Amino acid sequence: MRDILFCGAGFVLAMVALGLIRILRGPAAADRMMAAQLLGTGGIAGLLLAAGGGLAAAVDVALTLALLAAFAAVAFVKSGTPPKLDKSPTGEKG
Amino acid sequence: MSIEVALNILTIVAVSGGAFFFLAGTVGLLRFPDTLTRLHALTKADNVGLGLIMIGLLPRVAWPFDALKLIVVWVLVLITSAVSSQLIGRKLWRGGDGS
Amino acid sequence: MTIGVGFSIALGLLILAVAVFTIGTRDSFAAVVAFVVYGLLLSLGWMNLYCPDVALTEAAVGGGVTGALLLNACARVRSEKTSDFKKSPRWIGRGLAGLLCLALSSGLVAVVILLPNPAPTLAPEATRSLSVTGLGNPVTAVLMAYRALDTMLEKVVLLLALVGVWSLASDRFWGGRATFGHLPEPDRPLIFLTRVLAPVGIIAGIYLFWVGADAPGGAFAGGAILSAIWILVFFAGLSVVPAVGSLGLRIVLSIGIIIFLAAGVAGISMAAGFLAYPEGFAKPIIVVIEVAMTLSIGATLGLLVAGPPGQSLKP
Repeated sequence: MRDILFCGAGFVLAMVALGLIRILRGPAAADRMMAAQLLGTGGIAGLLLAAGGGLAAAVDVALTLALLAAFAAVAFVKSGTPPKLDKSPTGEKG
Repeated sequence: MSIEVALNILTIVAVSGGAFFFLAGTVGLLRFPDTLTRLHALTKADNVGLGLIMIGLLPRVAWPFDALKLIVVWVLVLITSAVSSQLIGRKLWRGGDGS
Repeated sequence: MTIGVGFSIALGLLILAVAVFTIGTRDSFAAVVAFVVYGLLLSLGWMNLYCPDVALTEAAVGGGVTGALLLNACARVRSEKTSDFKKSPRWIGRGLAGLLCLALSSGLVAVVILLPNPAPTLAPEATRSLSVTGLGNPVTAVLMAYRALDTMLEKVVLLLALVGVWSLASDRFWGGRATFGHLPEPDRPLIFLTRVLAPVGIIAGIYLFWVGADAPGGAFAGGAILSAIWILVFFAGLSVVPAVGSLGLRIVLSIGIIIFLAAGVAGISMAAGFLAYPEGFAKPIIVVIEVAMTLSIGATLGLLVAGPPGQSLKP
């Protein structure tokens, strides 16, 4: 059973490797980010399969990966517009 | 048929189904003609593929906390992939691809 | 060749390929995305070597926080077309750099391959003394008890990095707030995402910090997740970045180091020496230090991503 799950993990990893081609080629920046998202999800799946329910910490690492993949996607979406330096000082009460 | 064998069969079937959806998602990401269509393929693999793999792994982890954590991870990935694909799609639609 | 060994080799080759692509690509944005993927694959690699603590920290810091930092930096560099990228170092400079990198890598490879088998290790001694510290996780014991001085100095370095980032602001903005430079439109999907992620993230961060005493986790991973949630709140426009000059912020940033130092100095009088813990009180003191450190790390990492202040406070 562990071997089967390990094979499954290897397969998902192979899919992740194929998805990297999209990072290489993708004409738009969004293509690259989407490939990274797929890799994140594939990484979570591969991690859980390779651990096979044995290593309890694997689920914690998967949780961290899920949270941070979302965060990286939001950072990408928000980094598109270039920063505007505030020329006129705005008086905001801190 | 004992419960062990049934659970093992469930694991194998679910994990195979999940792996198939990951394959479909990756093929979609590589072969679809347009960024927006690739986004569509991506979310299918995320949600269904990971979900099936989670279902397959549920009999193998320790009850109840690890199983609950697995479900939380899956729901989290569901929600975040839905919202982030909407955000990425909106950014593409408005014409700023950033490249 | 067993499946496990094949898996490890495949993962190693994949990491190498992504690293080569990150360095070799011309598009800076592609390099940043590849770097995030590299962090993810490294984290998987650490899990493959049965090091969950390192994998957690790599996923949290290398994947998420550093990725956001680099994405921000990439966007800023692209918008300012002031620097001249056409000048590249001459051949002799590049050759020298290449030689140095080659020497460093060969040295590291030689050290790892030429280790005697079994390799000398202090792991049994580390686990033998665990009961004295009251902790269950040997990695946390090494970080907080055996080598607490290193951990404290790491936090000082982190704070210095933040001061370095702040010093990039122009004089008139000093003391002001960092701006991400985004259009202040009400971003409904993002607000929804923050409202869903924030409770889960805060609980996950506190859980990871708390469970670090007996299982993989710890202050750094917990703090990194908390900082990611904080930055998400900024992105959604639900809160304003605190001003650099505010006293409350500065206290939160330095509370970790202050409490660490206080525990260290108290150790001189109450126990064997600097940063020694008195008998039986090791775990409560460690927990107090870790709480303060988690707060500081979360705030510091969040402000590192926010960047230098770009908006002044006073009219």
